[in-house]
Amino acid sequence: MALQITAQCVNCWACHDVCPNDAIYQDTPHFLIDDDKCTECLGDHPDPQCAAICPIECAIVDELGDALNPPGSLTHIPIEKIVEMALLPAEYL
Amino acid sequence: MELPVISNTPTDAGGGGCASSGCGTAPDALSHLPDHIRAKVQDHPCYSEEAHHYFARMHVAVAPACNIQCNYCNRKYDCSNESRPGVVSELLSPDQAIRKIKAVAAEIPQMTVLGIAGPGDPLANPERTFETFRMLSEQTPDIKLCVSTNGLNLPQYADEIAKHNIDHVTITINCVDPEIGAQIYPWIYWDNKRIRGVEGAKILIEQQQKGLEALTSRGILVKVNSVMIPGVNDEHLKEVSKIVKAKGAFLHNVMPLIAEAEHGTYYGIMEQRGPTDDELQALQDECAGDMAMMRHCRQCRADAVGLLGEDRGNEFTLDKIDVMDVDYEAAMARRKQVHDDILGKLEAERAAKAAQVPVHLSIASDARPVLMAVAGKGGVVAEHFGHAREFLIYEASPEGVRFISHRKTELYCAGLDTCGEGGVATGDEPESVLERNIRTLEGCEVVLCSKIGFEPWSQLESAGIQPNGEHAMEPIEDAVMAVYKEMFDAGKLAVPASTQQVA
Repeated sequence: MALQITAQCVNCWACHDVCPNDAIYQDTPHFLIDDDKCTECLGDHPDPQCAAICPIECAIVDELGDALNPPGSLTHIPIEKIVEMALLPAEYL
Repeated sequence: MELPVISNTPTDAGGGGCASSGCGTAPDALSHLPDHIRAKVQDHPCYSEEAHHYFARMHVAVAPACNIQCNYCNRKYDCSNESRPGVVSELLSPDQAIRKIKAVAAEIPQMTVLGIAGPGDPLANPERTFETFRMLSEQTPDIKLCVSTNGLNLPQYADEIAKHNIDHVTITINCVDPEIGAQIYPWIYWDNKRIRGVEGAKILIEQQQKGLEALTSRGILVKVNSVMIPGVNDEHLKEVSKIVKAKGAFLHNVMPLIAEAEHGTYYGIMEQRGPTDDELQALQDECAGDMAMMRHCRQCRADAVGLLGEDRGNEFTLDKIDVMDVDYEAAMARRKQVHDDILGKLEAERAAKAAQVPVHLSIASDARPVLMAVAGKGGVVAEHFGHAREFLIYEASPEGVRFISHRKTELYCAGLDTCGEGGVATGDEPESVLERNIRTLEGCEVVLCSKIGFEPWSQLESAGIQPNGEHAMEPIEDAVMAVYKEMFDAGKLAVPASTQQVA
């Protein structure tokens, strides 16, 4: 059981700094999560910390590939605007 | 000869006239400050309108993480052509930052101030931020240190800030009402949770106010930045201004919202407009009261280098500083010499100004004020009209000359084809640069520049703005007053009775 970081990541370091398990590491082109270390914060916090601070929608996904912060959930930009302005690639919508 | 003294003449706080105590021919907007604070900020380019012509500052981008979301910010956005907060080209480790700072300090000895201003929140990156400050306070003791923050983590770091000899802190406070806050901040990260809406805004506001008090009680200078968002917090900022002043902030800087659709911010996409120049000026005047307002703020990049209004960041990229060999001891000696020379020059200028009989005293006190745009650089009328990237707006009135604002004459980006993700075109026929620049100067009656071509000259005249190239290389305030005097002598400044203000 582990979370993953997608290509939406902007390398802002926020998740790295709050992960209780040091499971997040810098890589190119974006940060990654070490499967062996990630516990989804079970036992430490009610919410996975990376997803609780990440400012980018669809950058953190669970093992099924579902976004913990789906489109529109963080910025409140309406979905039709997200589509119209191509703010997220089609596969995330 | 008995001269009327500005402070004795009644000021008209109703707008249009001179509403700030830092105005008129007072040499600087900081003139009202107690001596010990003035001494601290006299060589600080961001705080002193006078000093910013001579002293430079730099920001190092060591703090990318943030713990709140603002509707005017997009963490995804990065454009090398843009000059605005949050935008950077290169993120640095604390070690790289120290190397860059030493290289800049040696190369640009006028650099007096180092700030950490993001691109995220420096206090959401405490390790990288304080590691940088710790090394700097040891290795470059002649550089003043500043930090900017959204305030969420401020109370817990007030002691740490005091320890590293950081004597200037900027807190961005956009509201004191959580209902308004919820329209600006969709969420905060607090106590290991994402907290949304009014509840999140309430925590942020409490922390900001606590942090402000914690810093002022430790004798640390605090400036408050506010972003003016029309229809959201514009009226409310008057209240914010009163409160932060009462709590000891020494400057309140009301800045205009920047929100273009191509920046991809919530406000940009939802077409929230920024304030007009007039609206911003009116609010700044209202917030001024007995306190200086910063009107020369350029809303710099989080990795800006050099004098305000210029950016020399490209000279100090990582590959370039890697090959620079800096002898900081030698640089410090040279820097001291340069700083002393500049301070001496500033002091002499102040003394000369104080000794001068001001021209404006020969102008009837009921003459109307006039706005003039100046293509200036380094405090003088120095730029060709067509080369100016911004115009400085001054108001001349019978009380003297005061700086009002600067207006950029180019879009923030070089153009839609070079900026933005996927080039969000508006579909509208673009205005010509000249048309756009003339529109930018709306409200001004005169434009002062060093030179101007025939075409812009005639277009400016048809737009009702008088071009003037006769004061090239003269100090701006003298040139503005000279032109104002000419207008007075030509009988152009009488106020028609119907438009006269009621005092």
